[in-house]
Amino acid sequence: MQKFERHQGLVAPLDRANVDTDLIIPKQFLKSIKRTGFGVNLFDELRYLDEGYPGQDVSKRSLNPDFILNQDRYQGASILLARRNFGCGSSREHAPWALADFGFRVVIAPSFADIFYNNSFKNGILLITLDEEKVDRLFKAVEANEGYSLDIDLEHQRIVTPEGEIFEFSVDEFRKHCLLNGLDDIGLTLQDEPAIRAFEQRHREARPWLFRG
Amino acid sequence: MAGQTLYDKLWSQHLVKERDDGTALIYIDRQLLHEVTSPQAFEGLRLAGRKPWRLDANLATPDHNVPTTLVERAEGNTGIKDPVSLIQVQTLDDNCEAFGIEEFRINDARQGIVHVVGPEQGATLPGMTVVCGDSHTATHGAFAALAHGIGTSEVEHVLATQCLLAQKMKNMQVRVEGKLGTGVTAKDIVLAVIGRIGTAGGTGYAIEFAGSAIRDLSMEGRMTVCNMAIEAGARVGLIGVDDITIEYLRNRPFAPTAEQWEAAVADWHNLVSDDDAVFDKVVEIDAAEIEPQVSWGTSPEMVTNISGEVPDPDAVADDTVKRGYLRALEYMGLAPKQKITDIRLDKVFIGSCTNSRIEDLREAAKVAKGNKVADSIKLAMVVPGSGLVKRQAEAEGLDQIFLEAGFEWREPGCSMCLAMNADKLDPGEHCASTSNRNFEGRQGYGGRTHLVSPAMAAAAAIAGHFVDVRQLKDATQPEEV
Repeated sequence: MQKFERHQGLVAPLDRANVDTDLIIPKQFLKSIKRTGFGVNLFDELRYLDEGYPGQDVSKRSLNPDFILNQDRYQGASILLARRNFGCGSSREHAPWALADFGFRVVIAPSFADIFYNNSFKNGILLITLDEEKVDRLFKAVEANEGYSLDIDLEHQRIVTPEGEIFEFSVDEFRKHCLLNGLDDIGLTLQDEPAIRAFEQRHREARPWLFRG
Repeated sequence: MAGQTLYDKLWSQHLVKERDDGTALIYIDRQLLHEVTSPQAFEGLRLAGRKPWRLDANLATPDHNVPTTLVERAEGNTGIKDPVSLIQVQTLDDNCEAFGIEEFRINDARQGIVHVVGPEQGATLPGMTVVCGDSHTATHGAFAALAHGIGTSEVEHVLATQCLLAQKMKNMQVRVEGKLGTGVTAKDIVLAVIGRIGTAGGTGYAIEFAGSAIRDLSMEGRMTVCNMAIEAGARVGLIGVDDITIEYLRNRPFAPTAEQWEAAVADWHNLVSDDDAVFDKVVEIDAAEIEPQVSWGTSPEMVTNISGEVPDPDAVADDTVKRGYLRALEYMGLAPKQKITDIRLDKVFIGSCTNSRIEDLREAAKVAKGNKVADSIKLAMVVPGSGLVKRQAEAEGLDQIFLEAGFEWREPGCSMCLAMNADKLDPGEHCASTSNRNFEGRQGYGGRTHLVSPAMAAAAAIAGHFVDVRQLKDATQPEEV
């Protein structure tokens, strides 16, 4: 996993609540058996005016000029500002894969759906929860100032605005540790192999019907 | 000390290790696999040179991507016309074979939607932890199993370690007391709950559904309720064990037998919340007040009574909610204050992991019997949840009832719930759907989904628009013996 320590980047505002994973990456693109290549279809139904399908030449598609990611001022954005309950719906990890493949490293919103939250951290994306009032202020600042960027410091858990204002955020220690060090969960868990084996043995003795053969 | 909730009990029975920061390793008893969220997990195992920790904990079947027409299914995988879908289904077969995982392949009678297949086989048992790379894994909580929908990285993690990294959730109880009215079903209960608490109302919680109206439901109805816990934001839905749970599981292929069955049953009776358990949040709902529900918007919380109307965004105070409503009405092509019964439909879909079990099909057939699908309906389809549900329905003659009424009778799979295969809406079409999500584009680009119960979907197919199933003559009366 890509490490995340500190990130400075342009902010794009997606002013809409309950953005679901079907909206982040529509189902026709889930047929891929790879983890990469989803970026061109991120927010496909908002981004393009025509219906997308896998394998098409996206350079020939007509872009929706009203969608933020198609506007000149947000080209190269790597921080997405969003509204409450971002990432609700299905468990498809294709959603964070698409965000990461497009170039997003951070999403800031008042709340996130649980499964999407887990999936994002496993793909090197930092999700920051800020209260609605702060998110609202950031929306206004981004819309008012072209080229608005934020400095995200994971180590010290703070966001620094261009005006020098500081927003502190919380993140659980384990997820922070994994992101800062780019650690693979499986490798870490397998360090506990003896504990898992011992548990499994006790569990099998207590409830043998949970094991077949 | 206060008693434990069912969730607390399941959590502590599976806790391998808890770190100081609250992150825990919990042991996973069952993983269900399908073709869409597993290929990258198997690839990850292969690249790291790892093997599955415990083969017998896994069970696989293709469901999301499979065609549902007999002409395509007759030829097995080679009948899949979409080459990209074919690769995905074939990849699942190849991975299961290479790693030695049991799979019900496309034309095995036991194939079907993972969340129908698991319980039907007894592969989901009370007291288990169950995971699947699908958010509707919450379904299995109807058996007092701690079931989580997970992402692909977690699928790989469980394959490799038999554990999931998790943090303990908070406890919520949704208590539905009293008797449901005639023609009101499990689907209406859960839609009403989501309408009440919102799509993020359960975020961070495990929701236990309790109360006499829940106890009165069959296992099929309980699965419908738990299935949609995720639409209220909760990864986990739960219902305590009772005799209905145990009778459903008796003699299922994967269920224990003989002395093990007796020991298991004795253990399962403990899988209920203690009387003095404390929940972080309790929501109470009067079953008698629940009407048949219809969703009008693009989020499952945008739902109302069949006797109701589309809301007026101008009457909403919260600005974010108001803009959401305006956007939803524009997408859905509906006007403020439009009566729900005036919404005209183009397609009807009866199926999905929410409502494709035998009882769902019986409910729909009861309404369809002796009637005809309205001429204005372009397609009304019934997609059984598994090959075994299909066989049972055919043994009861339900397929003939549907066919005579003008419904199509299809092969099992996820089908138009998420439209990964050819079953989809065209732009602008309105669909009465027994599925679980009405998100933009979910059932097809530009498609407009209305979530309803199987009986309400069948009634809408016949009328061509939404109608109160309770007003249809005979449809909701008990059958004559």
